[in-house]
Amino acid sequence: MTALLEVRDLAVVFDGFRAIDGVDFTVDSGELRFLIGPNGAGKTTLIDIITGLTKPTTGTVVFDGNSLAGKREHERVRLGIGRTFQTSVVFEDLTVLENLDLAASFRRPLWSLLRRRKGVIAAVEQALETTGLADLAPRKAGVLSHGQRQWLEIGMLIAQGPRLLLLDEPVAGMSSEERARTGELLTSIAKDHTVIVIEHDMEFLRRYASQVTVLHEGKVLIEGSVDEVRADPRVQEVYLGRAREEAAHDAVT
Amino acid sequence: MVEGFLNQLPIGLSIGAVLLLIALGLTFTFGQMGVINMAHGEFIMAGAYTAFLLQDFAGRSAVLVALPVAFVVAGLMGLLLERLAIRHFYGRPLDTLLLTWGVSLVLQQVARDLFGAPNVQVLSPTWLQGAIGPMPYNRLFILALAVGSVVAIWLYMNRSAQGRRMQAVMQNRQLAATSGINTGRVDQRTFFIGSGLAGIAGVALTLIGPVGPTLGTYYIVDAFLVVVAGGLGQLRGAVIAAAALGLLNSYAEFWTNASLAKVIVFAAIIAFLQFRPQGLFVLRSRALT
Amino acid sequence: MTAVLEKPTRQLTPKEPRQWKGPAVFVAVAIIALVVMPLVLEPFRLGLLAKYLCYAIVALGIGLAWGQGGMLTLGQGVFFGLGGYAMGMYLKLNDAGGDLPDFMVWSGVEDLPALWAPFGNPVFALAMVVVVPLVVAVLLGTLVFRQRVRGAYFAILTQALAAAMVILLVGQQGLTGGTNGLTNFFDFFGNDVAAESTQRGLYLTVAIVLGVLYLAAWQLVRSRFGRLLLAVRDGEDRVRFLGYNPATVKTITFAISAVMAGIAGALFVPVVGIISPALLGVVPSLELVVAVAVGGRFALAGAVLGAVVMGYAKTYFSEELPDAWLYLQGALFILVMTLAPKGIVGVATALRARVRKEASA
Repeated sequence: MTALLEVRDLAVVFDGFRAIDGVDFTVDSGELRFLIGPNGAGKTTLIDIITGLTKPTTGTVVFDGNSLAGKREHERVRLGIGRTFQTSVVFEDLTVLENLDLAASFRRPLWSLLRRRKGVIAAVEQALETTGLADLAPRKAGVLSHGQRQWLEIGMLIAQGPRLLLLDEPVAGMSSEERARTGELLTSIAKDHTVIVIEHDMEFLRRYASQVTVLHEGKVLIEGSVDEVRADPRVQEVYLGRAREEAAHDAVT
Repeated sequence: MVEGFLNQLPIGLSIGAVLLLIALGLTFTFGQMGVINMAHGEFIMAGAYTAFLLQDFAGRSAVLVALPVAFVVAGLMGLLLERLAIRHFYGRPLDTLLLTWGVSLVLQQVARDLFGAPNVQVLSPTWLQGAIGPMPYNRLFILALAVGSVVAIWLYMNRSAQGRRMQAVMQNRQLAATSGINTGRVDQRTFFIGSGLAGIAGVALTLIGPVGPTLGTYYIVDAFLVVVAGGLGQLRGAVIAAAALGLLNSYAEFWTNASLAKVIVFAAIIAFLQFRPQGLFVLRSRALT
Repeated sequence: MTAVLEKPTRQLTPKEPRQWKGPAVFVAVAIIALVVMPLVLEPFRLGLLAKYLCYAIVALGIGLAWGQGGMLTLGQGVFFGLGGYAMGMYLKLNDAGGDLPDFMVWSGVEDLPALWAPFGNPVFALAMVVVVPLVVAVLLGTLVFRQRVRGAYFAILTQALAAAMVILLVGQQGLTGGTNGLTNFFDFFGNDVAAESTQRGLYLTVAIVLGVLYLAAWQLVRSRFGRLLLAVRDGEDRVRFLGYNPATVKTITFAISAVMAGIAGALFVPVVGIISPALLGVVPSLELVVAVAVGGRFALAGAVLGAVVMGYAKTYFSEELPDAWLYLQGALFILVMTLAPKGIVGVATALRARVRKEASA
């Protein structure tokens, strides 16, 4: 196994607040890594830095041997880093198919985009099949349900053909049925991709995660298997304890 | 040469002061409500005509009487515009821009019908004739007016409960609303004060030039540039940008000529945006907009 | 890699029925414009229509930049003027026949300015009609969009450019003819510019150019680039994470719209016989944006329709009720923005949908 993503000594300060405070973080090629931590732990900020949305104050991010310093968002996508957002953003005026087609076409030379799309390219078709959205292909993305939007976003990510996928809370706000489907989707994607998932949902984590990194107050608290992490008293203290209480509360109500 | 340089200073500063008075209203309505009010220029015009009308009653001291009256007149016009039209367009700056441009056309025509198309003159008070060194009293008065207004606004925003609510709405409207702030009321106040300041700017302009139906159009574009360069909803930014723009304008005119000055100012703004694309000061936000 | 991407696979969606309505309407309008109008309209009215069609070309560009790309450009007059002055300079030099153009003599210019000299060559002048707007738009677009200056900021900057351009033109009396601009043209490529036959030919030229540019714009909108443009309009930041640079997409589109305005300006000069600062400042630029909004900014046809309708409305009301025009224009504007933000096309679409619904009920 080789490291696909290496984050070294990363820190970011927003108006004096250290959102990320000295993070070292390595993800190997082919890995499925879960990133958890309480609100404000710096999970999304970490992904924002990796994808170029936020500039780090100090530290380096190296992707496949290339430093990402100074690279803009779309250039990182071109290197093979793709992401989704907490609140899914799809293009509502375009059809599902067109959304996927745009995601799959960015490597084409610009002039070739001046032609009309004819047929469906292989990457798009695969994304439609993987996400189960084939029946909705000709519909405008604006009519999709929340869950379907999230899948479309994941589909767009697959269609991009990235080497590293960053999913920011893909099951937030989903019904349990939708969560199960997303979990299966995630498992199938993880077979041939490197994936980092931010997730709050402990049940989802227990079911689908293998390697977990816990962030707390901008620092890495612990890294390991799900069981190791769950057994760690510090994690229980900052995170799982609270989640358990909530879970217990949910179970009662 | 040195004398020319010095003479240019009061001109630049007073133009900057007028731009500031105009831009304050724009930057707050833009920053707080996402509204671009092209009719703001007509509030300047309304303020200037207020001074013109008050001459009949107050004679040469009309300017002093006009300041509070113009503030209220222009403020009420702004309030009316906000209530009748703009509030339906919050967060759609481009649509409000076009909508209020229609309003601006109508208001200009109203002025033409009421006061005639030719320019009129407001006589400035005799006690404003004269100068300290290169600084004429009338331009000094405008400068003092702007300084006074900025101080008043700063005190209002930072020392009064209303002003703090205004800042809260500007920073996060939804949060402010859920914390029990009546955002509609705050918006109305902001509009009233911002438009009122444009009225004061209009009175100030009568000291340095004639008044006509299209008075506002000469200043509105530059005032918007002040907003762009200063940063949305930023008092400090507006002050610095207005002073810089006023001075740059007058010195560019002095060293080249009037027709090149605007092009130079435009190029300077574009160059500045290469370093500060969101203006001098920025309100931070995490959302992917 | 590309070859693999290119390969179409089995059709997932049923083939859309071939669209015939759009092309049919286009052909009908083309026949009316090219055959019927020249027969029906008296020369003066045909000249007016030619003028409106010039504006329609600018409007088409605005529709592309604003309606499709979300870039509200309030400075199209600048590009219109650049094209117009390039054409005007050639015509003045051609009329002067080696001497100085008349207005230069009046303003005491003694030698032909270096800026003017190459415009005596018609090929150079015609090239500049396209090149100058293109270069200015690419330069401004690159500097502005790269820094993610957009929305209202962009609108304000383009407006400031229009204001600066007017002051520049007015101030450079000897170079530009000042407030009067360039006028008094006689010869247009060997024809008397005022002759009826020349004017009819010019009308046909304008109509054909508009038609060709319309088809080009339509093709662009339907292409992948057109989809990308919509995506940039609705979520510029999201587009970055699809691997595209929105600044490039926007700059290209803005440049296309600028070139359209430049061509329109060049055609406008022989049709109307003048190009002056008053025709390209803040107000005329905004008026065209208004026209696009009235016609319907989200459809290219709406932009063209709006320009023609507003052109006629302006002429009609300025003739019949000169005082009321500004009120009417302002009121119309307020009404359209509040009640029908999608313009005439939007209203028509809604009405058609309602009729269809009632028919099926």
